[in-house]
Amino acid sequence: MFRLTESPRLGEFEREVLPHLDAAYNLARFLMRNDQDAEDVVQEASLRAFRFFENFRGENSRAWFLKIVRNTSFTALKKNRPEEMNVVFDEELHGAQTPTMDPGAAIDRVQDRQTVRAAIEQLPIEFREVVTLRELEGASYKEIADVAGVPIGTVMSRLARARNQLQTILSKTK
Amino acid sequence: MNHDEIRELLHAYADDELDLVSAREIKQHLQSCHDCRQATEQIRALSEALTSDAPAYRVPAHLRRNIRAALRREAKETERSFSPWMIFATGAACALVLFAFVFSQTRTSSGNAVVDQVIANHVRSLLAMHLVDVASSDQHTVKPWFDGKVDFAPDVHDFAMSGFPLIGGRLDYLNGKTAVALVYQRNKHPINIFILPASGAGDRSPTSSARRGYNIVSWTHREMNYWAVSDLNETELRNFVALLTQ
Repeated sequence: MFRLTESPRLGEFEREVLPHLDAAYNLARFLMRNDQDAEDVVQEASLRAFRFFENFRGENSRAWFLKIVRNTSFTALKKNRPEEMNVVFDEELHGAQTPTMDPGAAIDRVQDRQTVRAAIEQLPIEFREVVTLRELEGASYKEIADVAGVPIGTVMSRLARARNQLQTILSKTK
Repeated sequence: MNHDEIRELLHAYADDELDLVSAREIKQHLQSCHDCRQATEQIRALSEALTSDAPAYRVPAHLRRNIRAALRREAKETERSFSPWMIFATGAACALVLFAFVFSQTRTSSGNAVVDQVIANHVRSLLAMHLVDVASSDQHTVKPWFDGKVDFAPDVHDFAMSGFPLIGGRLDYLNGKTAVALVYQRNKHPINIFILPASGAGDRSPTSSARRGYNIVSWTHREMNYWAVSDLNETELRNFVALLTQ
């Protein structure tokens, strides 16, 4: 009469999706830039993911979950901090030419954790997103394109510009 | 590809995202182009600088716990809404709790009052969908879970081989004290075992009683009071108690 065993759907969700909770929190934390908002986003995104879990087709659970975390973050930012979302990145406007790194800005020492975190947080949100996914989570261009909802070419050019800016920021903190 | 086209692809090259043919072409170009070689080295140096001190955030333990609890609630709610049995059972359990409450108000005997509490706790554990705090059929998971939560160490054994699998454990409140509740299952019938220390009391062999459709068996063993309560029939509940007291 009573179901005492755990729901099979929950069990599957715990196996498939919850291993990516660290990645989810990391992405949300860099997008939201504070602990409390990141926690709210990850909590809400986890519940949304569980409700939509039957739509998940079993391809790449990390990209699928991170996309929900990303969209939940952007929704929260648009609602609560719209001023941060005003930076619209027109890939053409910023030039098709991929900028090259300033050779004088070479990073010649290991950066400590706080410096690196602070440097990433200074980037515009579209850049924070690609840098976090690529450099900290080791996501492929295809995964990043899926999560951010942009073409792979856009991922490549954003990543190039994001790294260029990061290089400049980090070389100033030396 | 000329120099400018290759320049565009250096990030993808450094990230191992290019097809083999393009990657080979760029590799050849790097051997003769100092600028491109330096740019590629910088991309790699930046990646290393970014990750050398593990700057990625990790999910805080309390958040992980909260999420798992919220998911479990969510799972139970969705399941309940699909099962007419659950709605019926919840209604029936509500009525029983009310009954138990009214009934306990009119009792005077302290022994009976504890039995009433045992039943009320049993019903409440089913009603609130809060049967277990630690869900595991592994006695080595359940027993240590109580460490530091109560000032005694309950005996925990799984009896799945005999048809009474361990479901988990829970903290409960009995007779004004924090009690251990172990949850077993016989077919579809949940069984709650409540355990409280009984300092100085001698052993007491199991005695059965029945109250409002529930069977209760209580006994004292090695200065511990035990109550087993279930809607299981008396014979099977006594068999289970015999296993527990072996």
